[in-house]
Amino acid sequence: MSLFRLEPRGEASKTMLYATPLLAVALTLASGFLLFLALGFDPVRALHAFFVAPVSSLRGLGELALKATPLVLCAIGLSIGFRANVWNIGAEGQLTLGAIAGGGVALAFYGEGAGWWLLPLMMLAGIAGGMLWAAIPAFLRVRFNASEILTSLMLTYVALLLLNYMVNGPYRDPDGFAFPESRLFEEAATLPILIAGTRVHLGALFALLAVAGGWVLMARTFIGFQIKVIGLTPQAAGYAGFSQKRIIWLCMLLSGGLAGLAGVGEIAGPIGQITPSISPGYGFTAIIVAFLGRLHPLGILLAGLLMALSFIGGEAAQIELSLPKAITGVFQGMLLFFLLATDVLIRYRVRFGARRAAA
Amino acid sequence: MTELALLGPILAAMMTAATPLLFAALGELVVEKSGVLNLGVEGMMLVGAVCGFAAAVTTGSSTVGFIGGAAAGAAVSAVFGVLVLFLLANQVATGLALTLFGIGLSALIGQGFVGIPLADLPELNVPGLTDLPVIGKALFGQDALVYLALFMVPAVHWFLFHTRAGLKLRAVGENQSAAHALGYKVIGIRFLAVLFGGAMSGMAGAYLSLSYTPMWAEGLTGGRGWIAVALVVFATWKPARVLVGAWLFGGVTIAQLHIQGLGIEVPSQLLSMLPYIATVVVLVVISRDVARIRLNAPASLGKVFHPDA
Repeated sequence: MSLFRLEPRGEASKTMLYATPLLAVALTLASGFLLFLALGFDPVRALHAFFVAPVSSLRGLGELALKATPLVLCAIGLSIGFRANVWNIGAEGQLTLGAIAGGGVALAFYGEGAGWWLLPLMMLAGIAGGMLWAAIPAFLRVRFNASEILTSLMLTYVALLLLNYMVNGPYRDPDGFAFPESRLFEEAATLPILIAGTRVHLGALFALLAVAGGWVLMARTFIGFQIKVIGLTPQAAGYAGFSQKRIIWLCMLLSGGLAGLAGVGEIAGPIGQITPSISPGYGFTAIIVAFLGRLHPLGILLAGLLMALSFIGGEAAQIELSLPKAITGVFQGMLLFFLLATDVLIRYRVRFGARRAAA
Repeated sequence: MTELALLGPILAAMMTAATPLLFAALGELVVEKSGVLNLGVEGMMLVGAVCGFAAAVTTGSSTVGFIGGAAAGAAVSAVFGVLVLFLLANQVATGLALTLFGIGLSALIGQGFVGIPLADLPELNVPGLTDLPVIGKALFGQDALVYLALFMVPAVHWFLFHTRAGLKLRAVGENQSAAHALGYKVIGIRFLAVLFGGAMSGMAGAYLSLSYTPMWAEGLTGGRGWIAVALVVFATWKPARVLVGAWLFGGVTIAQLHIQGLGIEVPSQLLSMLPYIATVVVLVVISRDVARIRLNAPASLGKVFHPDA
């Protein structure tokens, strides 16, 4: 009756594990082709303007690294939680709190001739801010059993409103004609540029460190082992005496801290001040990055670059083709859909036609 | 008497603020009762809102708009349904994908509709009753969609607890393997539930863009889809309690607006946080009773179903 059925594989296919992200990208591009055609554009030209032209220069490649930085930082933290079935989806809010905390430090020492220590202090404040914001859902989950999915998301809305309040109130530039923006940060509060001619800043190095750290944690430590066991078989983890509460705390604080650091990277990097919109949704896109990267640090690095391309491509398409920026979200959503759809191939074989008689 | 004069409009506004939450949460409740967790409510609401608005502007009929919104919500929920039911994708991740996709898709569709005004829906006034003090306007002076949402509360309750189809749906949600062994079509029943939830979310969005605001703007729903998901937990999966929760959140939303209107010296952004903070507080209060959640939550909620497994 049915056109196809799924036959469980004996064990998960390693080939498919790595092939399906590529398949999902190919399907997304094919759908993008149709989408552009439907919108009345020359699809080849549009896809070129979206995915190729923006990264055909050193500056463009720099923008790619720039935008991949917050995505990778957030996604590494989230992926470790997802491995343990800890669903922190409030990275956007934690990133925002990191920016509020780190930016507060920058503004507090404005005009005081701060030295080299200012940037590390801002980063620590940002990490602490992100951790604090993630600690709330962690506490509510561990102590009161409240779903961290919903609480971390609600706190994202609260964080964005708090940012809006801060730039309209305490953080507002006193010489800024009532614009909702802070002062421009001083040199000492701005992250150094790594590659001349681009906007790639020191944060990119921290993103690479996070990738390496994430890999060591998951592949080489006992805590990483506990995280994996809790995610795969919570009962077994219980019998082994692994504390689920401790892992929830760890995953939330880690992901919150990294998101907070990403927030500092944005305001002390490309933005250079605190504005009402410091992130075009990096914290949410990081969820896609984590899945697309197979929750593996190296995969996340590649996925982060790919998703960064979707942001840059969206901006380019806005200028070149006057498409709405929202097309970025459509591409990102489609990619995640296709990835989740093709994931079935890892654990099942697709058999076409009706079921044969039992063998 | 001034306080009483103020109370009438506040109650009426509370009813309208509760309406989108009611649609979306009742839809999600049915989906969860069938054992599926769809976190894409926010995305489906946005798609429903923009498609409903576009249909209403294009045809000039709010009725067509509302139906269009419901159809659009159901259409995007079908994508979710195929992924989680036929391709066995992770429900949490797929729901998140649906929300992210819905945010982008709605903005793309809506680019030509930003800033277009739309006439208010007519209020259904009941002669005599609408003029009653305090409660008159709230209970008897609303537009048709408010009453439709209210009607859905007993309708969903009746369907779930007093019909054979509802019993099957609950059986599938409580114990998918047993239901399958009894010959119930687990995937088919769940798919229909997902479509219903999508249509209800679409209606919730269409109510926002056609009646509540009435206009289209990017991210119009402002997290109401997520609040609706939280309401289902708050209601411990009981339709009547969804009504209580929706009124509570409608009340918080309106109270927050009125405090701003009274000129009390609190920054507006801090007041706007109230509905979100209230959601967190309410979730905590309900969820801390682990036994009660375990007793009421559908036992197969979020589990992947494969008949051979």
